[in-house]
Amino acid sequence: MERIYLDNNATTIVDPKVKEAMDPFYCQMYGNPNSLHDFGTEVHPYMRIAFDRLYSGINARDEDDILITSCATESNNTVIKGMYYKLIKPGKKTQVITTQVEHPCVANSCRFLETLGVDVIYLPVNEDGIVDGKILREYIDPDKTALVSIMWANNETGLIFPIKELCQVAHENGALFHTDAVQAIGKIPVDVQDTGVDFLSFSGHKFHAPKGIGGLFIRKGRDLPPLLHGGEQMAGKRAGTVDVPGLVGMGLAMELAVSNLDYESTEVRRLRDILEDAILAIPDTIVVGQRKIRTPNTILASIRGVEGEALIWELNRQEIAASTGSACASESLEPNPTFVAMCVDDQLAHTGIRLSLSRFTTEEEIEKTIDVLKASVERLRNISSRRP
Amino acid sequence: MAKHDLVGGSLWEQYSSKVTQRVINPSFMGDLTEEDAEKKGGKLIIADWGAEVCGDAVRLYWIVDPDTDIILDARFKTFGCGTAIASSDVMAEMCIGKTVDQVLEITNLDVERELRDEADKPAIPPQKMHCSVMAYDVLKKAASIYKGVDVSRLEEEDIVCQCARVSLKTIKDVIRLNDLKTVEDVIHYTKAGAFCKSCIRPGGHEPRKYYIENILREVRMEMEKEELSQHLEERDFSSMTLIQKHRAVEKVLDEVVRPILILDGGNVEVLDMKEHEGSTEVFLSYLGVCAGCPSGQTFTLKKIEDALQENLDSHIRVNIV
Repeated sequence: MERIYLDNNATTIVDPKVKEAMDPFYCQMYGNPNSLHDFGTEVHPYMRIAFDRLYSGINARDEDDILITSCATESNNTVIKGMYYKLIKPGKKTQVITTQVEHPCVANSCRFLETLGVDVIYLPVNEDGIVDGKILREYIDPDKTALVSIMWANNETGLIFPIKELCQVAHENGALFHTDAVQAIGKIPVDVQDTGVDFLSFSGHKFHAPKGIGGLFIRKGRDLPPLLHGGEQMAGKRAGTVDVPGLVGMGLAMELAVSNLDYESTEVRRLRDILEDAILAIPDTIVVGQRKIRTPNTILASIRGVEGEALIWELNRQEIAASTGSACASESLEPNPTFVAMCVDDQLAHTGIRLSLSRFTTEEEIEKTIDVLKASVERLRNISSRRP
Repeated sequence: MAKHDLVGGSLWEQYSSKVTQRVINPSFMGDLTEEDAEKKGGKLIIADWGAEVCGDAVRLYWIVDPDTDIILDARFKTFGCGTAIASSDVMAEMCIGKTVDQVLEITNLDVERELRDEADKPAIPPQKMHCSVMAYDVLKKAASIYKGVDVSRLEEEDIVCQCARVSLKTIKDVIRLNDLKTVEDVIHYTKAGAFCKSCIRPGGHEPRKYYIENILREVRMEMEKEELSQHLEERDFSSMTLIQKHRAVEKVLDEVVRPILILDGGNVEVLDMKEHEGSTEVFLSYLGVCAGCPSGQTFTLKKIEDALQENLDSHIRVNIV
């Protein structure tokens, strides 16, 4: 059997159909879409199709913008820094609200705003591991809050946040609402009209498009100053020659992601549940967060007595890729902020292992993973000085 | 930031093949029991260090010969990452055949060196060094249990980092042993300050008694002073400045000459020093009973000159004023 990839919340395989769709735009139709000649204009129809697919994928209206960016990090930076220049620096508002469990690109952009004197509130999560309207209501201030930025689904736990409710609370209090939907696209339905969000970020490589391409939805009337200044591409809202093959690929990837949502919520979920049940059958293990409010592909498990990095090392040796939020495996030695924010038992902060599936994961792979995982836990618990 | 830092995620690539081998196949993993100890005719010692909360914990087992203090056998168990497993395995191996006192000389760096493939290439990335520091701590713990000295003292040590339970002494030792220069290095090596960050500098979540920033500054200052005084001691007398020569002369007088003179109720002071054609002239004046002593210009003078010549330079001439 080939090696097994269960780290789809980090990145995904490029769907071969996506790769094939992108191919003509490297050596045949390689024109700059801003050029007036045929090389430039011949790519326009393909770009239009890609935009149609992206707009339809998140149910955006034609009058809204979806800017093509290089990644969700760029999209998130555009919103957070843009709001600073638009509302905070001119003195209209003073505060940004986010959560303690955001991806570093949101968390660190907010920390940067703090250095500029912005008041940033990092909301705690409740016992379910999410932020709900009740928590947001406690902190939001109609006079101060310019922006509320809350992720749609958490990258570590897969926990889904009640975006519609949160967005409503933000709007009732005169604040704009941004969501980092990187972990939601392709896993659960994402609808910008139903939820009413003002800004939404996504990243191609999390739903089987290549790395280096992302998007930013901006509702009509919510214009932001650009992060990248330059030419007139994207109507001057995001300068830089657009990655045409990336856009074409991401467009198709979005369409495939949406058309596979049923498969995701049935078959991927079924395989995930098989794996999750097998982990829970090992004594002294827990999985973070209730299944019903989690993306169907994610498991964040803690196996008592087994350090996270040691376990992913052991799995890697047997050709299974998983990831860990364990402090040891990161450059910074920081414990997993999601664990810390969720107040999960301190000891668990170093035993986390994340397994994330995709629509390319097979039942055979899950069966093999279960066998290897059981044996690895047995070996590491034997070495462990904290055998339960 | 430079070319080599631009590709991320290289943590495991920085492990030596010895580390990898030990993670896969630790030879000294396991436990020792009273029964094992009895068979070998030794005393069983079990020491724990670290905590699961911090991400690393180790338990060390020894069988020690009570007559010779030699460690007859050693085993470990660890809750930790690959580096913790590999470094604990090396540490256990290094204990066997050594006396308890010899083992106390094993440092985190010794453990890391043992894991190197090439002498000048680190076996593990710097942020992983805390795992071997843990080895050093558990050895100290085991030795204190064996010797029956103040296990409680270890617990009551001044703890700098509450999260990772790192003591003031550990931090000072690690700074000295590894010649650490930045706060970031200290955090990487000891894990102190890596969690709530309160102990890095004032102004964190909670006020602390000690701050890493201050400890580092103090230890670096001490190290510089020591280096300076060592330099002075090692320096050739003839190449010293006159002030340095004066200090050196005073030092020899304090250590060798004055204790004897003071016993008799006398003393000596340096009035002046001059450099003259490669030799150094020291002008002394006697105090107390020495001032009127008949041997002051003969025997005592000779003894003082001998002491200075022996300890500093043969070209020193002593003149009594």
